[in-house]
Amino acid sequence: MAPRRRPYVRSAMAPSQPPPMLASGPLGWLRRNLFSNWWNSALTLACLYLIYALAAPLVQFALIDAVWQGADREACLPAKGQGAGACWAYIHAKFGQFIYGRYPAAERWRVDLVFLLLAGGLIPVAMPSVPGKRWNVLFLLAVFPVAAYILLFGGWFTLPRVETARWGGLMLTLVVAISGIAASLPLGVLLALGRRSALPAVRLASIVFIEFWRGVPLITVLFMSSVLLPLFLPDGVHFDKLLRALIGVALFSAAYMAEVVRGGLQAIPRGQYEAAMALGLGYWKTMRLIVLPQALKLVIPGIVNTFIGLFKDTTLVLIIGLFDLLGIIQLSFTDPKWASPNQSLTAYLFAAGVYWLFCFGMSRYSLFMERRLNVEQRS
Amino acid sequence: MSNNAADHGGQGAPRGGDIAIEISGLNKWFGDFHVLKDIDLKVYKGERIVICGPSGSGKSTLIRCINRLEEHQRGRIVVEGIELTSDLKRIENIRREVGMVFQHFNLFPHLTTLENCTLGPVWARNMPKARAEALAMEYLERVRIPEQANKYPGQLSGGQRQRVAIARALCMNPKIMLFDEPTSALDPEMVKEVLDVMTDLARSGMTMLVVTHEMGFAREVADRIIFMDEGQIVEENEPEAFFADPRHERTRTFLGQILS
Repeated sequence: MAPRRRPYVRSAMAPSQPPPMLASGPLGWLRRNLFSNWWNSALTLACLYLIYALAAPLVQFALIDAVWQGADREACLPAKGQGAGACWAYIHAKFGQFIYGRYPAAERWRVDLVFLLLAGGLIPVAMPSVPGKRWNVLFLLAVFPVAAYILLFGGWFTLPRVETARWGGLMLTLVVAISGIAASLPLGVLLALGRRSALPAVRLASIVFIEFWRGVPLITVLFMSSVLLPLFLPDGVHFDKLLRALIGVALFSAAYMAEVVRGGLQAIPRGQYEAAMALGLGYWKTMRLIVLPQALKLVIPGIVNTFIGLFKDTTLVLIIGLFDLLGIIQLSFTDPKWASPNQSLTAYLFAAGVYWLFCFGMSRYSLFMERRLNVEQRS
Repeated sequence: MSNNAADHGGQGAPRGGDIAIEISGLNKWFGDFHVLKDIDLKVYKGERIVICGPSGSGKSTLIRCINRLEEHQRGRIVVEGIELTSDLKRIENIRREVGMVFQHFNLFPHLTTLENCTLGPVWARNMPKARAEALAMEYLERVRIPEQANKYPGQLSGGQRQRVAIARALCMNPKIMLFDEPTSALDPEMVKEVLDVMTDLARSGMTMLVVTHEMGFAREVADRIIFMDEGQIVEENEPEAFFADPRHERTRTFLGQILS
């Protein structure tokens, strides 16, 4: 027979204690993460060497050997300068062109004003703590596009007209990217809803649209829009080249966006639809208030991914004769005044830096939004 | 629409009141599977009906047909004098009069408790926001969690979530409340807080259809208990007689299994 055990009754409840301190300080961190054993130490050292090997020439080229000032190519020739470094003087001299393209110098204030309006609308919208979101969004969606159109294109009031053929540089890149982003998200949402619709005609139309635009390279779309489309249009019907490119880019990215959003829609459990329906909400209200806010939040990484892809794809408008940032940079190579061995390398470095800044900014902001939205609803 | 429930009235209404829901000759299939077979049921205003039965017996499907979360293929369902057809406006009108509480709560996770409750009144009933909020607080008070108004569903316990779901449904001022196994997904220690709220609601005279296995609740609150099996109503009786003297073999087996 098993011995009888005495009953156990706890006399006092154990208090909660703070977690034990791990090795603290930066040294502790280094040891834990980089040098925890001989193999990891070797890897760390190898990686450090690799970083050095890659970064050192870049720093040498872009900073140490670089030429910062000069009036023309003379300054950047290897014989005159100390070494074969980046020719920043050339970027400095061409900066206006890179930003505004061939926009007339006297009218560039209009572009600046549009940039300012955009920043003034976008920054408060992006900061959650700023009140008055409704008016802010209304400004961005209704007032800003009209104002930007009037200012950039002109022809109204006393503003002289500036044909889109003269637009270029970063300004053109931003026009294409922002209108593409602004049009592709709502269109993509509609297409995603259409693809999941109970109405066969709507569903079929959405599927055909999405699969068509996703199946064609953007280059083809742009090329068709600028070369083939005019052939089909009756004589005398003029369609602005930039506008055609904008529509092409918007529809193209809408198709991608639709599939991203559809992924989010599929993740929303049926119970959410049922609960909304049980309250007597109709289809559109259910989508707008219940389903889309949750679905879009889930696919923020995918949405921003598409935005970033779109931003970089704007460089393709080069092939239809529009000079975006990259296009205008390449165009400037033909200027004999600045011809030097490092001209193109410098310019491409500059272009890469500008694109990277915008894309990295979008990426960081999306991370910030994700984290913010998750804190609210952590379960 | 006129109250065509009157055409069918007169066959021994136990309480003699008006009819809230009338179901006649209801049949439903999921593909080839015949889930509901010739269901006839009248629910009088203020009546509390508990529906029980083994899983797969069609009890949830039955109450989901009442607010058209499931479409029936044959038969008539008349709710508050409005017959359910595929007319969307009519369906939305019925849904506004019929509150529903789900097994898995189905709260909206991106909205606070208060917003969950005001959503229906504001967007389906066009109530001004301030009034909807006052109403919501009143019902959150009634389900005893006014202090959780600004929390998100993810921050609440299961029992609290289900009470929010009840408050959310009540905010629409429904004439009928449907409960689809409201306590089945709860930890045992939270079942009582939800049942207490439901008991309060029953005492206030709400018409209720409750699918549940909580036989204690059924005994205390129900006017009638309906036992379903294989898509049919097998037995229907007042609680005392239902528990003391089940007539049908299947009812006896079922009660033997869950009351042991």
